Parts: sequence; C-alpha cells; structure tokens
Amino acid sequence: MSNLRFWACGLLLVLTGWLLGRLVSNEYAFFAGYSVLQYILLATAWNILGGYAGYVNFGTAAFFALGAYVSVALNKMYALPLPVLIVAGGVASGLVGLLMGSLTLKLRGVFFSIATLALAIVSQAVITNWEYVGGASGAYVLRPRMGPLGGSYIEYLFYTMLVMAVAAVALARTIERSKVGYGLSAIRDDELAAEASGVPTLKLKLLATVASGTLMGMAGAPLPFYVAYLDPPSAFNLAYAVNTIAMPLVGGTGTWIGPVLGAILLTVVQETAMVTISSAANLLIVGLLMVGFITLAPNGIVGMVRSLREGRK
Amino acid sequence: MSDALLAVDGLTKRFGGFTALNDISVSVGQGERLGLIGPNGSGKSTFVNCISGTLPIDQGSVTLGGARIDGLAPHQRTRLGLARSFQLPRPFGSLTVAENLRVPMLYAGRGGTDTEAELLEMVGLGGKAQQRPGDLTQVEMRKLELARAMAASPRLLVADEAMAGLSNSEVDEILVLLLRLNEQGVTIVLIEHIMRAVMAFSQRLVCLVAGRKVADGDPQDVIRNDDVLKAYLGE
Repeated sequence: MSNLRFWACGLLLVLTGWLLGRLVSNEYAFFAGYSVLQYILLATAWNILGGYAGYVNFGTAAFFALGAYVSVALNKMYALPLPVLIVAGGVASGLVGLLMGSLTLKLRGVFFSIATLALAIVSQAVITNWEYVGGASGAYVLRPRMGPLGGSYIEYLFYTMLVMAVAAVALARTIERSKVGYGLSAIRDDELAAEASGVPTLKLKLLATVASGTLMGMAGAPLPFYVAYLDPPSAFNLAYAVNTIAMPLVGGTGTWIGPVLGAILLTVVQETAMVTISSAANLLIVGLLMVGFITLAPNGIVGMVRSLREGRK
Repeated sequence: MSDALLAVDGLTKRFGGFTALNDISVSVGQGERLGLIGPNGSGKSTFVNCISGTLPIDQGSVTLGGARIDGLAPHQRTRLGLARSFQLPRPFGSLTVAENLRVPMLYAGRGGTDTEAELLEMVGLGGKAQQRPGDLTQVEMRKLELARAMAASPRLLVADEAMAGLSNSEVDEILVLLLRLNEQGVTIVLIEHIMRAVMAFSQRLVCLVAGRKVADGDPQDVIRNDDVLKAYLGE
C-alpha cells in the first residue's frame, strides 16, 4: 500500500467512525467498538517490541494499568481533561519502559520475557497497596454524562480511542519501513550479526521498548472512565497480557496489518462469545485459537495470505 | 609500525582461570593479506571476537588506523571500518538477500558507493536478490556473509573460516573473491584451516598455539617453523 493510500484510508476510517457514531443511538456499539480499538492499539504497541524486535513482553498489563492508574490519580488531584491524562499515562509508562529496558534488555529470549512478567506482578503489588488510588478495594471514577464534543461520554471515549489506534498503526508502519525497522528486524533474526553490521542494538531495543510502553500507557489512560470502577485485579487482568500476545500471533507479527487483523478477529469473537455463550469462555477461545494458529499457520493470517498468493504464482 | 591499519598490542583474554589469549601482539599493514592459523582451540576465534568487540579484553590494546577501539561496542567498530564475517553464516533469515546487505549499508555504509545489486553481482549472487537466505546453498550463504561484511564498506575485513566445509572448487571461488576484494584496497585477515587456501592467499602468516603467538612472518618460513610443526604434528 502506498503512503498516500495508507493515510487516505486512515483518515477515511476516522471520518467513517465519527459518522457512524452520529447515526448509532445504541450505547453498546460504542462499548464494543472501544474494546476493539483498544486492542488494536495494545496489539500494535506490543508488536513494535515483540514482532519487530522479537522481544516477547508478558508485561502488557503493567504498562496498561499504569496508564489507567496515573489517570485515576491525576483525575482525583486536578480533574484534568482526558487528552492530558492520556499524555501523562503515556509518559509514565514510557519511563517505566525505559527503566525496565535498561535493566533487562541485556537478557535475551525467554529471560527477558520472565523479567516482564515479574514487572507486571511487582507493579500490581505496588498499586494494590497505594491507598490514594483506591488500593485493593478499587477506585470509583465519575464518568461525565456528556462528552466535550456533544454526544455521550462513551461516544467521546470511542472517538479518542479511534484516533489513537489509527495514529499508533501509522507509527508502527512508519517504523517498519524506516532504517529503525530494518535494524529491529536484524535484531530479531540475529542480534550478534546485527551488532556486527553496525546496528546499535541496545539503543534500538530501548527505543522499541519505550515506544511500545508509551502506547500501552496511552491505551490504559481512558480505561477508568470506560469501566467507571477500577480495581487492581481487573486493571492487571491476565486477559490483557494474553490477548495482546495472541492478537499479533494470530494476525501475523512483523507487519503493521497483522496485529490489526488479529485484534479485530479476536475481540469480535470474544465479544460475541460473551453475549451468546458466557463471559468465562473468552480466554478458552483465545487459547484454542492461539494453539490452532501456532500449529497450522505460524505466520498468522498475513503469512497464510502471503503463502497462498505465492503458491498461485 | 606507522603504516599499520590494525595494531594489536599485548592482548590478553582470560575465561576464569583459563588464559585463552596470552600477550598477543600483531599488526596488519594497510592493504595486507594476513593469514591466521592454529590448531583447534588455539584461540583464533577468541582473537576475532576480541578484535571485533564481541568479547571484552582483559589487557592490552587494539588500535584501528591509529585510534584505540578496544572498549568500543561492536557496532561502533564496524562503523569505524572493521567488518567481520562469521564462522557459521548468520544471515538475517526473515529478510531478503538484498535486505541483508541493506542493514549494514544503512547503519555503517561509511559513504560507500556500491549498491546492493553491485555487491551481489560481485560475489555472484546477482540473481538471488529477492530470495530468502534459507533458500541459498552453503557456498552462497558464505558469499552472502562476505557480501554483508563488505556492505559496511570496511577498511579491514576479518574473515573467520569463510571456507570451512566447502568443496575444493567452492574454496577456489571464495578465494578468488577475497583476492578481488583485496585488490580493491580492503585489508584482509583470513582465519582458515584449509592450508592450500591460506598459503595461496596470505602474504604473511601468524600462527597461534594454545593462546600464544608462536610464529609471524613469511608463509613459507612459518610452516617450517619448529613450534608450528610441533603443534600440528606432535613431537
């Protein structure tokens, strides 16, 4: 896809979302749409580090929840507008990414992943004991009835998430096609050879971790308003970590479109299951899909399409 | 030596209580073709890793073109003009052959004017630009390894066993390639077991035995050196 077409599509998507929003009167559509967009943002963020550089992060929930709790804390202190909270959440999670990265990026492969898991557990313990943001009993956040642009606040959250998701995908795509993208691919394939080819591996990995963490924090910042009640077990829910890994894997890592496809597919399947079967079946379905894709189509939907196309030639 | 491109002085490397390299001093002149030989376990690969920065050194110094480079990260040394190829090819598997060269060109190009296509043509991989490294044969993989090192437009190329496991005619192909690179002005250090290739290539030969330099000089003299013979053939 050419640059012009990509940007045109992105803009069109935002406009269509907005127009559809004006026509829809059912609040559930915004709730469900928000959920899809939030996962597109999270999966894209995860893919920058996990898909491009090959560093599997199990700590999505930590970055995401940190964004959410920064939002809770700042909202309690100053009642700031949402965009400011999003920036603050992003900065906080980006800084944690920088800190975690500089401590752990010398670890390779599975050891890095274990460290990220530890980060999620430690940060949950910290938040659970932070009384100001509700501690273990959680925090109620008053969701304004109306959004600043007219329409309900949920509608506003939906648009905000739409803009962030499109921007994140655009960022990922830009990275993918840049010098940094080639460097990250080289790191993923062979870190020693990348270094010998002049790639500053540590610097690039830090960059990817910070970008990834920042986007995850931004994804989490509107969460308190979306759920209205936030407690540590739900903010640090295992589902966030599992889903953000499953979505790029199912869609296809290494390209910007993979996480988008995976996020749409898995969220739609889960939302449908929640309404029709039971809310407990969610992770089971994700697990089965992940096992299925890893064994049958290890390169995800994107890989499947690509091999079909090449087979036809 | 004032015209030395690479000067290694008193290099010592220990792994715990084991001294892998003991007080090694070697200098390589501008445009020279140096062969480095030694039995298995004599420290050749450790030497390469110490020069290229993959391993930190315990004592001594490494200078490239008069500037100290020990202490720099491997990618910084590559950018200064010290490229290496790996003993076992380590291509970027998910990238195409052409993209494999693009990585060092983007990050360490040093103003080189060769394009990916020209480099691939030179090493004889002209028609394979869009293939993945996994589809290449062993000898093609070695050529890609050399081409990728060359894509960084190095002043000094350290080729670590670029020919191990290849057939006779394939060894000749790589040899011709290395000689051509040298004619273009690249200084080359060749680490190799295949004596026929080393003797045909080297203007000077250095022999390591058990972490020490036992010989350094004209190839014909070195292979008649008592210590060298003892190391290879026993007493």
